Amino acid sequence: MTALLEVKDLQVRVEEREILHGLTLTVNEGQVHAIMGPNGSGKSTLSHVIAGKPGYEVTGGQILFKGEDLLEMKPEERAAKGVFLAFQYPVEIPGVATMNFLRTALNAQRKARGESEYSTPDFLKKVREVSKSLNIPQDMLKRGVNVGFSGGEKKRNEVLQMALFEPSLCILDEMDSGLDIDALRIAADGVNALRSPKRAMVVITHYQRLLNYIVPDVVHVMSKGRVVKSGGKELALELEASGYAQFEDAA
Amino acid sequence: MPAVQETVERVKRIDVDQYRYGFETLIESDKAPKGLSEDTVKFISEKKNEPAWMLQWRLEAYRRWLTMTEPTWARVDYPKIDFQDLYYYSAPKPKKTISSLDEIDPEILKTYEKLGIPLREVAMLEGVEPKPGDQDPARRKIAVDAVFDSVSVATTFQAELKKAGVIFMPISEAIREHPELVQKYLGSVVPTSDNFYATLNSAVFSDGSFVYVPPGVRCPMELSTYFRINERNTGQFERTLIIADKGSYVSYLEGCTAPQRDENQLHAAVVELVTHDDAEIKYSTVQNWYPGNSEGKGGIYNFVTKRGDCRGDRSKISWTQVETGSAITWKYPSCILRGDNSSGEFYSIAISNGYQQVDSGTKMIHLGKNTSSRIISKGIAAGKSQNTYRGLVTAHRKATGARNFTACDSLLIGDKCGAHTVPYIEAKNSSATFEHEATTSKISEDVLFYCVQRGLSQEEAVGLVVNGFVKDVLQQLPMEFAVEAQKLISISLEGSVG
Repeated sequence: MTALLEVKDLQVRVEEREILHGLTLTVNEGQVHAIMGPNGSGKSTLSHVIAGKPGYEVTGGQILFKGEDLLEMKPEERAAKGVFLAFQYPVEIPGVATMNFLRTALNAQRKARGESEYSTPDFLKKVREVSKSLNIPQDMLKRGVNVGFSGGEKKRNEVLQMALFEPSLCILDEMDSGLDIDALRIAADGVNALRSPKRAMVVITHYQRLLNYIVPDVVHVMSKGRVVKSGGKELALELEASGYAQFEDAA
Repeated sequence: MPAVQETVERVKRIDVDQYRYGFETLIESDKAPKGLSEDTVKFISEKKNEPAWMLQWRLEAYRRWLTMTEPTWARVDYPKIDFQDLYYYSAPKPKKTISSLDEIDPEILKTYEKLGIPLREVAMLEGVEPKPGDQDPARRKIAVDAVFDSVSVATTFQAELKKAGVIFMPISEAIREHPELVQKYLGSVVPTSDNFYATLNSAVFSDGSFVYVPPGVRCPMELSTYFRINERNTGQFERTLIIADKGSYVSYLEGCTAPQRDENQLHAAVVELVTHDDAEIKYSTVQNWYPGNSEGKGGIYNFVTKRGDCRGDRSKISWTQVETGSAITWKYPSCILRGDNSSGEFYSIAISNGYQQVDSGTKMIHLGKNTSSRIISKGIAAGKSQNTYRGLVTAHRKATGARNFTACDSLLIGDKCGAHTVPYIEAKNSSATFEHEATTSKISEDVLFYCVQRGLSQEEAVGLVVNGFVKDVLQQLPMEFAVEAQKLISISLEGSVG
């Protein structure tokens, strides 16, 4: 199996405080990895650093994506290369119709890759297909990006973008937060439909619940800025029963 | 991190240095002697071949002006202007009356071509003029009046407009050809005693546009005027007068640019609009005067008085402005809602970057019964600029049922700029309904990161967010200009992310 994402001994600081102290993680093509851990263990920091959010200082280690140095790339270059982060709290952009946003972003990525931009009919056709499968009504696409969307709608909008942009690496940051069980199921079904041998996913979550719907190949436990244990999907169940306390002590 | 470093670099060369219209046209010009005196006023009036009443009117304004002092209440700061150190009249040579485009100095024609303003009607009609890459064959006809420094150099489509009964000509010509109309309306909305700059304008205005739309006529095309200041140390004082007679309609657009210069240039215009019963005027401005460089040197001082009088019942005046230029803007396009059931609108996008200072807004003066007004103001401040909305909404005692809705939104980009909102509201009639909403927001790092994570560059992200922010106002512009304005907004904000 080919490694898609290789995080090697990653050390990250935010305002003088070290959050990640030498984190190592390898995600192969076609795999789904779950990253679990208590609040403050560095899960979201990891996702932000992979996507290139400003404000983090990488003091050591490296991140390779398809063998290339990800840390040398601007966030938009990473997106065009196929890194997608589904946000825990997707932002609202008033006055910018969702449809317009999707098209602008998709064409920006295609342009960066040297591909031709989508024509309007082709684009509309593609959006209609995908939004239908995610139970997203057309009028939602005419509204401002995430403006007045419910929690479930916001997450479905994230999955919609994931489906449209066809990234090779999807990072799902706390996708289950703020969702009721029905909304969670719709979003998870959308994610599962995107699983493919060429695509990898990193699912970040507190709770085992989400992993009933998106079943991982590998589960990692993070504590205090490191991966402290890795295992199969049964590790998640074990955690559900015993809690994180044992790992906090271990770290 | 590299991304952050690049943003910092970009901020350093703040966009105002990339002003696209900063070229100068080398032509000979005919100027009045420097300074302002009764002789200057007489000189201008004589150059324009004006009747005695017009000179009298100017002189009265000049004498009045001598007794006035510059207003200081606006939130703008600039060194004192030496009004004796300016030229008040500059005309491109040859100065004789121009009867056809062929007589215009080719250099001036080139200037307008560079600005993308086609003056040749034939070219316009055949649609061969558009810039490379512009593939829109369905361009609507637009009549253009081009004002270069102090004089109008060309007005297109005059014949076709005449057929419809519409008068569209330089005001200097209207004074000679339609004295009864000019005498009746000039100064009837903005009196010569109105304010320091308007009074100065009344004394020394040299040209501008005049429009009269007769009863029941819907003007068959958009009218527009392009103002260009070229001469050094020259003030531009244009005067625009638009009258929409009963049941008529006209849409008018003005655009403004100037060369890049180290010294400040003064622009003090007056615009008067009059609508009679059931008439409507839609007045749009895309103002892009040179804003000064990234150190705040140079740029236009834009002190403008614009006012519309809804004189007739059920008449309507709508102001739309996209303000991206000028070092200092002092401008409050207003509506006097005199006729019963008349309505006024003000849609504004004011963008400031670099060291620009904007103090702009509107006045809605409700005098008639059941009058209504609507104000949508979007201020965007970037760089080290200051952006103030100042507005007055007032209902007179007899203005039963007056209604106003005001929404003022400000957007801050970066942390070295300021946005201010100063609304004045006065209701002397208890049945008035006034609503005011105001918001101030920042383009947050989170929003920008969300956009770049989806593949947009930092600048595309800012452009997208800003265009969303101003959408309500852009929709008010005539289609062709909405596209232009959208581009202008992106250019004005290039490199503003910090």
